[in-house]
Amino acid sequence: MSSLILRTAIRYLFPIIVLFSIFLLLRGHDEPGGGFIGGLLGATAFALFAIGYSVETSRRMLRFELHQLMGFGLLMATLSGVVGLILGEPFLSSAWIEIPIPGRPEPFKLATYLFFDIGVYLVVLSITLMIVYALAEE
Amino acid sequence: MNWLIISPILLPLVLACIMLLLWRHPVWQRWTALGGMVALVGCGAGLFGVVYVHGVQSEQLAGYGAPFGITFVADLFSSIMVLASAILGTAVTVYSMTNIENRRESFGYYPLLHLLLLGVCGAFLTGDVFNLFVFFEIMLMASFVLLTLGGERGQMEGAIKYVTLNLISSAIFLAAVGILYGMTGTLNMADLSNQVVWIAENRPEELPLLTILAMMFLIAFGVKAAMFPLFFWLPASYHTPPPAVSAIFAALLTKVGVYSMARFFTLIFTHDVGTTHMIILVLAGFGMICGVLGAAAQNEFRRILAFHSVSQIGYMLMGIGLIVMLAHRDDEIAHHAVQMGLAGTIIFVVHHLFVKPNLFLVSGVVERIGGTGELKKLGGFYKTEPLLAIMFLISALSLAGIPPLSGFWAKYILVLAGLQLEQYFIVFIALLTGLLTLYSMVKIWAAAFWTDVPDDSPVHNAAHMAHAKHGIRRMIYPIAVIAVIIVLFGVFAGPIFDVAMEAAAQMLDPSAYIEAVQFEEFSPTLGRGEEADS
Repeated sequence: MSSLILRTAIRYLFPIIVLFSIFLLLRGHDEPGGGFIGGLLGATAFALFAIGYSVETSRRMLRFELHQLMGFGLLMATLSGVVGLILGEPFLSSAWIEIPIPGRPEPFKLATYLFFDIGVYLVVLSITLMIVYALAEE
Repeated sequence: MNWLIISPILLPLVLACIMLLLWRHPVWQRWTALGGMVALVGCGAGLFGVVYVHGVQSEQLAGYGAPFGITFVADLFSSIMVLASAILGTAVTVYSMTNIENRRESFGYYPLLHLLLLGVCGAFLTGDVFNLFVFFEIMLMASFVLLTLGGERGQMEGAIKYVTLNLISSAIFLAAVGILYGMTGTLNMADLSNQVVWIAENRPEELPLLTILAMMFLIAFGVKAAMFPLFFWLPASYHTPPPAVSAIFAALLTKVGVYSMARFFTLIFTHDVGTTHMIILVLAGFGMICGVLGAAAQNEFRRILAFHSVSQIGYMLMGIGLIVMLAHRDDEIAHHAVQMGLAGTIIFVVHHLFVKPNLFLVSGVVERIGGTGELKKLGGFYKTEPLLAIMFLISALSLAGIPPLSGFWAKYILVLAGLQLEQYFIVFIALLTGLLTLYSMVKIWAAAFWTDVPDDSPVHNAAHMAHAKHGIRRMIYPIAVIAVIIVLFGVFAGPIFDVAMEAAAQMLDPSAYIEAVQFEEFSPTLGRGEEADS
């Protein structure tokens, strides 16, 4: 499908969708959102490229091989649980460090759950794209 | 110590991820996979040691107490199963290095093998019914892909039957989990055990519904375990993938079903053993006879072995089914015999976990050299490969139950328990099945090993032989190691029986299992359990 309208629109939509997916990912710690929904949305951005241009273009945009991306995401999610184990707590216990932000009273809490969510984001993104590419290449 | 319970699940997961990162390098994946399996054996042995010395161990993920959090429990039975699965996984990994072609390796064979082990170990160790479902699904997903990897016509045919029947059983499983949660308000196995006692004492009118639920779980696990009459996917699919995959399937998939059944029907559904366990016992008897007759009708190496698994599953269920006698007799002898029957099941599961895959591994070597699995076109392996022939004989005679090999002790214990409980009919079937098993094994022995080499066999072709012999050591060594394990299993039957008796005692008296689980103080359902006690 090579529609000029779609191709032009994708160039503007792509950054917005990706940014919004990352916003959803980070928001998911305390509010609705999270790695799963963020990953799905991120995958749509690349899927649009696959529809408007070609699967090859979309793959080039992504830069990483999907299997490796999935493995990396899964590893990240697993290792975020191992941190608790190393600290002597049960597996998947959360641990965090507080980073003071100048000019704000509350420090920023960097928790292992964030890495878990990023891992989920990558896994969902890569699996969705795997399915989309496989169908698009048929 | 708490990392030890989680390690058999964590290790395969982390290694599968690492192997995905090494996607383009199948040779590196091989060695990562082998290292992972060896480490898994270490974890399994450590876990077994800790459980043997210190009793049942449990772990609440992220520190949330039961029944809210995710529970992992390791008792003797589950840690034995983890250890045995890891040992077999290591052997199959070495075997796969030669047996699995490069095109299959490059589509993620080794990561999938580890994910299969993840699902299997998870199912053995989980203390939560919903998590059991999740681990079942992980195992099934990995097995679906392993079964179809390569995409040959026969594989697809077998896979469709396998996938369809297993998806139906998963749906029944999930529905049963939903109803169980609606009835009891918990899915934690230890808590469920308390709840069933509470329901039996306070709401006896709900007991028939509980029996129906037990039957739903029986069907769900029965499909996975290839129990009579739900076994049709097994003979249709096991002979289609490469022998290494057949071996790991024969070792692990059905065992998880049997394990879950043993767990559920000793820990949770003990409210009406007269009905539920009688059904298991009857199905066990049918399974034994049906599987062995079905195998006798087959004429291909791996088809015989696959059909044969159905009858062996019957033996495993017999030990669970013998619990039925507790409904009729309450004396010391009956309790001891029931415990012995369950110990027989445990020994049989472990024995079969080594023997059946080893026969599949031998069939892989025979098919590689002989070019086919058809018994008519094979022959002369005793002359050309005497060592292989001896290893086949050890495994085959063990399967048939010839003393002093592992299969003899497993059957002896089950038969003895059956005699003490005066269940003569099932004992008769068990003995008859043993005899017919010998017939099937002798049939393979006579056709593939004992006869002369056929004239049109590819064995006479020098180029074929050079190709077939390349790397064959990596297929022979794992077979030899497992054959040694089988012999040692028979030699050390005494200590193994003692451990199995202890494991069976833990299962028949679930108080240690329940005490090991750390409950939350404000547990709403636990209060009901205490109410029942007072």
